[in-house]
Amino acid sequence: MITKRIIPCLDVRNGRVVKGVNFEGVKDVADPVEMARMYNAAGADELVFYDITASVEGRALFTDLLKQVASEIFIPLTVGGGIHTLEDFDRVLKCGADKVSVNSGALKNPALVPAAAQRYGNQCVVLSADVKRVDGKFCVFAKGGRENTGRDALDWIAWCVENGAGEVCLNSIDTDGVRSGFDLEMLDAAAARVNVPIIASGGAGKKEDFLELFGHKGIDAGLAAGIFHQKLLSIRELKEYLRKNGVEMRL
Amino acid sequence: MIAIIDYGVGNLFSLRSSLQTLGLEARVTADPALIRQADRVILPGVGAFGDAMDRLAAAGLVPVIREQAAEKPLLGICLGMQLLFEKSYEYGEHEGLGFVPGQVCPLADDLTDRSLKVPQIGWNALHLLKDDPLFRYIREGEYVYYVHSFYGKNCADSTLAVSDYSIPVTGVVRAGRVYGTQFHPEKSGDTGLRILKAFAEL
Repeated sequence: MITKRIIPCLDVRNGRVVKGVNFEGVKDVADPVEMARMYNAAGADELVFYDITASVEGRALFTDLLKQVASEIFIPLTVGGGIHTLEDFDRVLKCGADKVSVNSGALKNPALVPAAAQRYGNQCVVLSADVKRVDGKFCVFAKGGRENTGRDALDWIAWCVENGAGEVCLNSIDTDGVRSGFDLEMLDAAAARVNVPIIASGGAGKKEDFLELFGHKGIDAGLAAGIFHQKLLSIRELKEYLRKNGVEMRL
Repeated sequence: MIAIIDYGVGNLFSLRSSLQTLGLEARVTADPALIRQADRVILPGVGAFGDAMDRLAAAGLVPVIREQAAEKPLLGICLGMQLLFEKSYEYGEHEGLGFVPGQVCPLADDLTDRSLKVPQIGWNALHLLKDDPLFRYIREGEYVYYVHSFYGKNCADSTLAVSDYSIPVTGVVRAGRVYGTQFHPEKSGDTGLRILKAFAEL
C-alpha cells in the first residue's frame, strides 16, 4: 500500500540553507547539496527546496545548486519560492524539479494555477499556503507569512484544487517553528475540503507528533526543516518508529 | 547507447542523469537515425495520453518506435508505459501503440477504497508476480514512486508486477522485448536505479 511520506524542507538563500522560527530570525545551517545527499541517504521520501532569495545573483546560484542536486539524487524534488509565471515553472523544471510549488505568485495571479496545470499536468502543481487564525477564521497570508490577504484559507485551497493543484502543502503560521505538534485542527479542516494529497507543515518537534499526524485521515505527508537540520530528529529513526507503530513507511 | 525519445513531454533531466550515474551513455533525441543506432530505447512521458500520441505522430516517431521495438529492448515509463497499450480512455478514446493488449482506464472508477486519493502520488511497494531479468537486482516488496491517475487494465498476461492501491495497480508490463513501468524508476531512489541497470543489461 502507499506509504506516508517524510519530507525535509530546505529554505535556500544565496546558495545556503536557512531556517526561521515563526518566519523571523533566519540562521544559516549548511550547504544544500551536502544536505540533500545526507537526507537521501537517510531515507527522505522527497525533498522540498524553497528559494527565498530576492536577488538575481541568488536566483542563479539556486538553479545551479538545483541542477547539482537533481543530477545525483533520484527522489522527487519540489521547488518553490519566486514562482510567478509559467516561465518560472519552466526554469526550475529544466533544472530537474519534478513539482513546483506556488504561493504568493498564485495569490497575486490565481490564473497561474490552471495555466500551469494545463501545461505541466496537475501532478506538477503544488499549492503551498501559509495559514494563520485571525479572529477565529483561517486566513491565507502572502509574502512568506508577512501579509494577511484576508482570503479564507479553506475556500482558497478548494478553489486551487478545483483548478488544477495536484497537492496541497499546508503550513500553519500558528505552529511554525514552535515544535509543539502539527496544527491538526487546521489540517483536518483542509482534508475535509479537498481530495488531493495534503502535506502537513509547521510544528513538528518530536516523533510522536508525526504518529499523531498520520492518525488523522487524509494527511499524506509530514514536512519539517529545523528539527531535521539541527539533528534533533533523524529521519531513519523517525521512519522506523512510525513503521513499528503501524504507519506504512518506505525503509 | 540508450536513446531517450524526446517528443516535448516531461522532465528528462533526471532520467538522463540517472543513466549517467550508472555509467551508461544516454542521448535525449527525436532523431530517427539516432534512435535506430541505439542499443535500447526509452519512451518517457508525463501529461495526457491523446496529446502525447499526437506529438509522437507529428514528429513521425510512431513507425520508428514500432520498427525499433521489434529489434531492441524498449522501456516505456509512466505515460510512456500507457502508450504501449491498445487504447486509452483518458479524456475521450485514443489509440495507443498496441504492443500490450489491454486498455488504460481511470483509477478513480475502479478503486474499492473510495477514500484513496487520485492521482496516486507517492511510494508504493512493488509486488513481483513473475520472474524476469528486469528484476535481477531488486527484491519482492521494494518501494517505487508513482504519480498517475490512469492505469493499465485487462492486461494480466503481460503484467510482471503490481502495487496495491485497494486494487492491484499494474506496475510493470512486458510484451516480448517491450517493457513498461507505471512508476518512475528515475525517481525511485536506489531501487529505481537497479531496475534501470537491469534494463541496460537485457
